Amino acid sequence: MSSLKLDSKVPQGDIKTLWEDYKFNAKLVNPSNKRKFTVIVVGSGLAGASSAATLSELGYNVLNFCIQDSPRRAHSIAAQGGINAATNYQGDGDSVWRLFYDTVKGGDYRAREANVYRLAEVSNNIIDQCVAQGVPFARDYGGLYSMRSFGGAQVSRTFYARGQTGQQLLLGAYSAMEKEVAKGGVKQFTRREMVDLVVVDGKARGIIVRNIITGEIERYAADAVLLGTGGYGNVFFLSTNAMTSNGSAAWKAYKRGAAFANPCYVQIHPTCIPVHGELQSKLTLMSESLRNDGRIWVPKSATETRKATDIPEEERDYYLERKYPAFGNLVPRDVASRNAKNMTDEDKGVGETKLAVYLDFKDAIERLGRDVIEARYGNLFEMYESITDENPYETPMRIYPAIHYTMGGVWVDYNLQSTIPGLFVLGEANFSDHGANRLGASALMQGVADGYFVIPYTLGNYLGSEKLDKVSIDHEAFNTVEKEVQARFDKFMNIKGTKTVDHFHKQLGKLMWEYVGMARTEEGLKKALVEIPKVREQFWKDLKIPGDSKDLNIELEKANRVADFFEIGELMARDALNRAESAGGHFRLESQTEEGEAKRNDEQYCNVSAWEYTGDNQEPVLHVEELTFPNVPLTQRSYK
Amino acid sequence: MSDEMTLYLQVWRQKDSKSKGGFQNYKVENVSGDMSFLEMLDMLNENLAREGKDPIQYDHDCREGICGACSCMINGEAHGPGKKTTTCEMHMRHFNDGDAIIIEPWRAKAFPVLKDLAVDRSAYDKIIMAGGFIEVKYGNAPEANSMMVGKEVADFAMDNAACIGCGACAAACPNASAMLFTAAKTTQLSLLPQGKVESKKRVQSMIKKMDELGFGNCTNERLCEAACPKGISIISIARMNREYMGTLLKSDY
Ligand code: FES
Repeated sequence: MSSLKLDSKVPQGDIKTLWEDYKFNAKLVNPSNKRKFTVIVVGSGLAGASSAATLSELGYNVLNFCIQDSPRRAHSIAAQGGINAATNYQGDGDSVWRLFYDTVKGGDYRAREANVYRLAEVSNNIIDQCVAQGVPFARDYGGLYSMRSFGGAQVSRTFYARGQTGQQLLLGAYSAMEKEVAKGGVKQFTRREMVDLVVVDGKARGIIVRNIITGEIERYAADAVLLGTGGYGNVFFLSTNAMTSNGSAAWKAYKRGAAFANPCYVQIHPTCIPVHGELQSKLTLMSESLRNDGRIWVPKSATETRKATDIPEEERDYYLERKYPAFGNLVPRDVASRNAKNMTDEDKGVGETKLAVYLDFKDAIERLGRDVIEARYGNLFEMYESITDENPYETPMRIYPAIHYTMGGVWVDYNLQSTIPGLFVLGEANFSDHGANRLGASALMQGVADGYFVIPYTLGNYLGSEKLDKVSIDHEAFNTVEKEVQARFDKFMNIKGTKTVDHFHKQLGKLMWEYVGMARTEEGLKKALVEIPKVREQFWKDLKIPGDSKDLNIELEKANRVADFFEIGELMARDALNRAESAGGHFRLESQTEEGEAKRNDEQYCNVSAWEYTGDNQEPVLHVEELTFPNVPLTQRSYK
Repeated sequence: MSDEMTLYLQVWRQKDSKSKGGFQNYKVENVSGDMSFLEMLDMLNENLAREGKDPIQYDHDCREGICGACSCMINGEAHGPGKKTTTCEMHMRHFNDGDAIIIEPWRAKAFPVLKDLAVDRSAYDKIIMAGGFIEVKYGNAPEANSMMVGKEVADFAMDNAACIGCGACAAACPNASAMLFTAAKTTQLSLLPQGKVESKKRVQSMIKKMDELGFGNCTNERLCEAACPKGISIISIARMNREYMGTLLKSDY
């Protein structure tokens, strides 16, 4: 029988003082003892870099690993829109409570209240911290911060730095980390990919990495391991994720005993540039801040052939404004995405592929002037034009939903600790704060909150209360795991088949988009559970990798990631099948309201599903963490 | 489709940092104008992999012009012919059927070639380590709105903060100077009240590090500015020089 137990470790008491009390009661590591502890941080995005910098400032020895040639390139850099905080600088009635409330509701009541409250609570500190690092958030003419409202929010609580907020926050965290590298507190390992986790006596004590340049397999030991390795959206092949973004680190953790939670919750971002062709490698997102001023519409007639600008007002359907008068174009991402799909399903799509809807700035330009629009979105407009060769000042943009973010991830407790003691998971890689759907501008918030403000306490509490024996890289466990890793790479090289990695990855992506995408059914999911293993089998039989494993070998790198994507995809389908309700980013056609909105089933599914790995050809075991909502009463989401 | 092109590529191939490299010729067919430059290279790589040949190594990640990973000299220009674009943002519609395209890695002493088109740019991280930060410790930050900064100043700081650290400036410069990269950081930080305090020390140590790493001097060629995909202006270099001179003058008082 399985020994895995889910204990959320949420302290008892009033939600408003939980975190303060926790911090007060947490075990501390004496400052002079901190340098005796080594902490591995995998990933250098917002969660990884901010935690590495902070832990080093506190005195720990940190080893940081990243896949890119520099930690500054982690994919947090591409987040455009902004970061939420409950500062109420705008005096529009925002508060910690409201941010908490909106986040729980936005997540369709599938997140853990206590974690979300803490997130909202530390949000204001984040802004102070980032500003102190030199992050140039936008200012108004009076010299104060300028903020905007973002998808799903009725207050302006989003700080931004042009359309490059992720870049600025990441560069802040990166420079803080580089400062620590210079001082010796952080050792930086670039072009390294974590390929396995080493568990000794039930505790996470190290990792195995592949040096991407030399192909060597390397070992690193530590007292705790932190994963800030992002999401698994690239399982779909096409997504807004960067090319190297992958789910393997989290997946290795799963296979070594960490429960994997809510894999089916995937966020589809409504405002991406539509697909142009078969050889496309990735999708580009246009910040949804565009929805503040742009109006979304399709032609009323399915047989429309005129140019967008020639279609008169009365023949346009501004469907979001029509269906959701209170929120209009600012409905949450899942609602906006699904409605776009409904329109193209009704053949009202626009552009060459008919898989797009219009996002129109004409009225905003008339109302505010071109200068204002240019100041707000100039770089996004430029990017759009460079990709599509169309000028959005003159003709409406064409947009379509694309895979963007994964809310599911490694299950963690209130300490951000997984079911493997000593393994902590931060940012997008964990499942904790966004429930079934993440609000705009909340990903950056969570990444930095986890890294700067949560982990310093919870990791200290762990290291201060556990008795950890010294473990070196010569320990037997490292030998065993390294051998397994080596065997896997040899296996890839020895298949000597005929098809490339991308060939299989694209097939997987198509299955996922078709059956585990925006609208899912029992039948489709069952089909996916038959088809995915078939393609996976082909992959392991007919894959072709040129070159040598002891060398820089991009095909081999990709193969290792895609092999995991097959398994992740299958678990996503399994989880989606199990959850016979619609919630946030998970939409089951069988479970919708009369108006076609997501319909939750709180009786049965007001919970977190956490899967336990039990062996390669065995079904994973489902564990359930029940969720309660004493502070934000359960209601059906309505954005009418 | 009629708008598909055939292109003749000359690509720099180099096994590793120790080997000698050279150009190899490739013909790519069925390139559509909507493809990005890297998608065109992907297509070539896919063919190479299928034939069991070693694919071309090039750095890339975000493919939307923000991570700074991509880095090709295309027909002698850093990031190719487009203005204010990175290699990944360039689309094939800027080329014509039958064109010959020469693709090389960044050429700068401080950026040694690792393989084919990929170079080692850790020197830029080292320049940041020398002072490209503000010494603020976790938990000690003052309330954000307690410091006011005029919009123009904040905007200018942001213009400089937009640097993606791709290395095009040094690659384009005949002296392989890293002045634009360094100046963008010192300018961003010294414009803001929270960064001003350390600006003297920062400018000195970053410039010193830049020299140590083997980057050349600035002789006002302005090619860095032309190559910069984020449009960072050489005004920042002038500003940094002024700051640097200031530190020399005042260092003896
Ligand atoms: S790949 Fe990120 S900037 Fe080109």
